[in-house]
Amino acid sequence: MAKDKPGTIEVKSFGTHHVITQPNPLRKMLLRVPESDLDDPVGRAEKALAGLSGEFKEWMTIEADRLSAAHAAVMREGFNDKTREELFRAAHDIKGDAATFGYPSAAAAAESLCRIIEHAPDLGAVPQQLIAHHINAVQAIVRNRTKLDTAVVAGVLSKQLRGIADEFLTHANRDRPEHLEAILAPSIAPAE
Amino acid sequence: MYRIDFNKLRFLICDDNPHMRRILRTLLHSFGAREVYESEDGATALEMYTHYVPDIVITDWSMPIFDGLELAQMIRQPESKGNPYAPIIMLTGHSEKRRVTVARDAGVTEFLAKPISAKGLYQRIMNVVANPRPFIKTKTYFGPDRRRNTTNTYIGPERRGSGEVEVLQQPSLLEKARSTI
Repeated sequence: MAKDKPGTIEVKSFGTHHVITQPNPLRKMLLRVPESDLDDPVGRAEKALAGLSGEFKEWMTIEADRLSAAHAAVMREGFNDKTREELFRAAHDIKGDAATFGYPSAAAAAESLCRIIEHAPDLGAVPQQLIAHHINAVQAIVRNRTKLDTAVVAGVLSKQLRGIADEFLTHANRDRPEHLEAILAPSIAPAE
Repeated sequence: MYRIDFNKLRFLICDDNPHMRRILRTLLHSFGAREVYESEDGATALEMYTHYVPDIVITDWSMPIFDGLELAQMIRQPESKGNPYAPIIMLTGHSEKRRVTVARDAGVTEFLAKPISAKGLYQRIMNVVANPRPFIKTKTYFGPDRRRNTTNTYIGPERRGSGEVEVLQQPSLLEKARSTI
């Protein structure tokens, strides 16, 4: 445990590096239990997460509204360090959180927007409608989630947006190989 | 079979998004953790790291003031007074492969791409508790061994050599932290 002092550190030196090994200070946190042990911490955590789900709609609405506010600031002031950062951060949070909250298509639309912000050579040259469509898509997906037919529509919408954004980015970065590589590289995020 | 005695582990979580902090806290408490400290930016996290001496750090990447990557670099200062060896789990919405490499090179122990799952988080914690890797110190790197696997069939250039050691101090990011607090 952190309150204890770590064990003796062993250092082996080589030409270009040292290899430092210390007795595992967290080893005593491992408990040997019989195979018949019924404790299921992951299951318990999943249940606790499900218990929070009643709040997800409200959280998602807050996140979507933050994104819209960031977009409104861009429309008012144009892109500068502050407005760019806030728009990216708001979109990036939705990209990371929305699937957990039950809105995977909103996450996909937000990811597409993040890619535009990160890889467009000149954000001022990005068609305003392309960005606006992403914001509107996130809002529509969040506001209309309870309708039975919206899940499929939301999926199609976010995929189409991603396709258009990727086409734009591929063209805009045709002379920037490092960005092209990043744009075309596969994501490591778990599939939906 | 092994399981983790979570109630003896001390966690520091760092994420600027309050909803994600709530989810993380819920998951960790459900696993059995009792000591979970939270910060919403890298600068506060660094202060809390020094003060609470957590066993495991879970940090977001994109954050105000300084980000999770810089936080990892500041923790991984071999000459610092704090513990530079604590496992760092980077939990982030960045899901590009090149980001994993950048995080790894900053001394991050495990990388977990959002969306978060109870299973994914548990597995990462189990990994850092049960299978810690030795640390490597070079001119430009201090952190967990970036080679997770050894292979006898590798035929590329050998970057690690033998002979005399020259150790250079890494530029301190601590000053940056201090100037922003």
